[in-house]
Amino acid sequence: MTEIETHTYDVVIIGAGGAGLRAAIEAREQGQRTAIISKSLFGKAHTVMAEGGCAASMGNANSNDNWMVHFGDTMRGGKFLNNWRMAELHAKEAPDRVWELETYGALFDRTPDGKISQRNFGGHTYPRLAHVGDRTGLELIRTLQQKIVSLQQEDFRETGDYEANIRVFDECTIIDLLKTDGAISGAVAYLRESGRHVLFDAPAIVMATGGIGKSYKVTSNSWEYTGDGHALALRAGASLINMEFLQFHPTGMVWPPSVKGILVTESVRGDGGVLTNSEGKRFMFDYIPDVFKAHYATTEEEGDRWYTDPDNNKRPPELLPRDEVARAINSEVKAGRGSPHGGVYLDVSSRLKAEVIIKKLPSMHHQFKELADVDITKEPMEVGPTCHYVMGGIEVVPDTGASSVPGLFAAGECSGGMHGSNRLGGNSLSDLLVFGRRAGAGAAQYVIGLASRPAAAEADIKIARDQSVAPFGDGGTDGAENPYTLHQELQQTMGDLVGIIRRANEIEQAVAQLRALKERAKHMVVEGHRQFNPGWHLALDLRNMLLVSECVAKAAVLRTESRGGHTRDDYPVMDAAWRKKLLVCTVADDGSAAINLKDQIPVRADLLELFEAEELGKYFTEAELSGGQN
Amino acid sequence: MGYQQTFRVWRGTDESGDFVEYDVEVNEGEVVLDVIHRLQATQTPDLAVRWNCKAGKCGSCSAEINGRPRLLCMTRMSTLPQESTVTVTPMRTFPVIRDLVTDVSFNYEKAREVRAFVPPEGVEPGEYRMQQVDVERSQEFRKCIECFLCQDTCHVIRDHEENKTSFAGPRFLMRVAELDMHPLDAAAEQGVNRKEAAQDEHGLGFCNITKCCTDVCPENIKITDNALIPLKERVVDLKFDPIIRRRKRVKKR
Repeated sequence: MTEIETHTYDVVIIGAGGAGLRAAIEAREQGQRTAIISKSLFGKAHTVMAEGGCAASMGNANSNDNWMVHFGDTMRGGKFLNNWRMAELHAKEAPDRVWELETYGALFDRTPDGKISQRNFGGHTYPRLAHVGDRTGLELIRTLQQKIVSLQQEDFRETGDYEANIRVFDECTIIDLLKTDGAISGAVAYLRESGRHVLFDAPAIVMATGGIGKSYKVTSNSWEYTGDGHALALRAGASLINMEFLQFHPTGMVWPPSVKGILVTESVRGDGGVLTNSEGKRFMFDYIPDVFKAHYATTEEEGDRWYTDPDNNKRPPELLPRDEVARAINSEVKAGRGSPHGGVYLDVSSRLKAEVIIKKLPSMHHQFKELADVDITKEPMEVGPTCHYVMGGIEVVPDTGASSVPGLFAAGECSGGMHGSNRLGGNSLSDLLVFGRRAGAGAAQYVIGLASRPAAAEADIKIARDQSVAPFGDGGTDGAENPYTLHQELQQTMGDLVGIIRRANEIEQAVAQLRALKERAKHMVVEGHRQFNPGWHLALDLRNMLLVSECVAKAAVLRTESRGGHTRDDYPVMDAAWRKKLLVCTVADDGSAAINLKDQIPVRADLLELFEAEELGKYFTEAELSGGQN
Repeated sequence: MGYQQTFRVWRGTDESGDFVEYDVEVNEGEVVLDVIHRLQATQTPDLAVRWNCKAGKCGSCSAEINGRPRLLCMTRMSTLPQESTVTVTPMRTFPVIRDLVTDVSFNYEKAREVRAFVPPEGVEPGEYRMQQVDVERSQEFRKCIECFLCQDTCHVIRDHEENKTSFAGPRFLMRVAELDMHPLDAAAEQGVNRKEAAQDEHGLGFCNITKCCTDVCPENIKITDNALIPLKERVVDLKFDPIIRRRKRVKKR
């Protein structure tokens, strides 16, 4: 095999979305030579798709807001399954992380007194989301991208080399992580442009690869979301938690078929939009679960008053957490009260003036006009649930983002715990800033503390390279498989059998089908050569998607309750005994996913005191509340 | 509801290649990128195309459809005549890597040459105060998804490779304008004159406001009217104001 191009860095960040870029900034500022590996072009990562905003209790729109309220909302949204330490750090640090973006040049929408404007969102007690119209994710990624350019300019002024301390490797995909004596020693990748392999020689890696939505047919996620970080970490010996929890965003486009799944921002509801069924009824009032009864309006009149007088009225149930709204839409459609294309109606045209809609929701206006011939200032949208976010991910130490593998860190969507069983809208952008920074710092400190750098073994590099080019072979004796076909079958399986509503027999069927697909995937064959070959890229991504899907299915069958992003038709009730249980996924010796039960760390007493005893009683077992936590 | 249409797609690299024709199914509501994906899945799995979000938000799938620079994911098939062939080519201004994928590194190099935002000294994070009307001008430019279609269409570099070294292109001149209009940018305090840089380093003078960039912008940013012309006016004030010039000359003496 040919000599491999080698790049030596202190910290390698895999993923160039918000979490990865924030981690890179931190690692570089702590003096580490840092590489950013981006699967696509720099600045195109999935973070650009975030629309509504970034949650931070700055209290600009309502001075009653503070980190404790934000923490409470986050725990409630996640049905108290969240890693409480992550939720605490997140709520405390989010405002600083947002303000910091202004020093990088971000331009958020403003309040009349010149501060950062904040908007309402599902599950948040107060208007909390810093935003720029409905393109907040773009602002975030561009700001972080430009901050990295600014650091490169600093380096250029000092050394004459823009890439002296921080370099972006774009259109570069990691194939496998390398370990030496149990610790991270590097990673093998390929460059899309040439198909050539490259070796990153680095003692610390930060995983920031985002989600897994491409395993589902109807998804708001882009092609990049193939669970690479989840799978790479698993294969390197790390563990994943909460993989059974997937967020189906309640409002994705449903028509035309080619755009099915594209996100319709929650801001539509935050700014006044209502959900109605084919009978014209605002059905969300019928779906307020007991645990939320105290927090939501029970009449349309009160709900409507809340938009102008939030202190004296309760919010409308359209703004319940996403899992509740998605399930309600699903039920309405199943009951035959759906729209012509199998969704429900989301209407803002009868609620706001046309010019206000265009001002506040410009991308939505544009998106529906261009892609569906619908003018949202004049008529309702048709929407339905779409696979949007994975709550589960790499199990990490909250303060440092460290996984169980020395040298491997994780942040953002590919890490697990922060959001519990369901993420609140707006908590993703803040999550990636808070924990991106912490993981970058964690990795930097780890490298600083190392006595010597581990060297990757030649044999491991060769295995990774050989495996990755296997699809160019003849596929073995059992006939060649087309990666596009396998991918479609995987999406169908996950969508049909491990979707928004789950049943034991269906999930078990999915597990069996996944096993068969995994077997067939060994015989994938791709045409052409290695230069920018999408068929080959898909073949490599499929390996990750199949492993991660297996984790989702196997964990889903074990959790015999319904909670957040995991709804079991055969176990429809939330069970307090399950609240303190985590399902931990690892890879067994035969390469299959193995799941183990683990107890949660009990919530710290002073954090529990932030809630009313009555509310805690809905989530915790009596034994947990009566002093002895376990 | 579906129908067959002929697609003529550029296959090859910068050195060699040719158009290849495909007959392919088109369904109601589809965009050009859907059809390209169908070609990959059913006829030519190694057809190279760059894309990400498929929702007009990331600006990855830029190419030329029937000669016009466009996003593949935002061009609906229903806007193209059914009876004639659809021609899809890579962006002409940049070197072709393979098929519809071009090497857009020129843009990242130019991005790096524009001096970043300079935070104001003595203003702590959290203390930034700006009025909505003041941030709105720059916010319009920050809607840019960096699809580089404006760069692709700009005649200064589209047919003049030699201008690439001295011209940043509409995208990055707009970035200069954005920073120059940022209410709190403190570049001037650091001795950086953004207007002068626009003219002397980034080639603003090459632009003769034909508005082709504005025409192709999928975000409908008024690049020429709101960024380039005002920037030119600021440069004129600075560099060609007869009174200031006279004063400068007097000082020199």
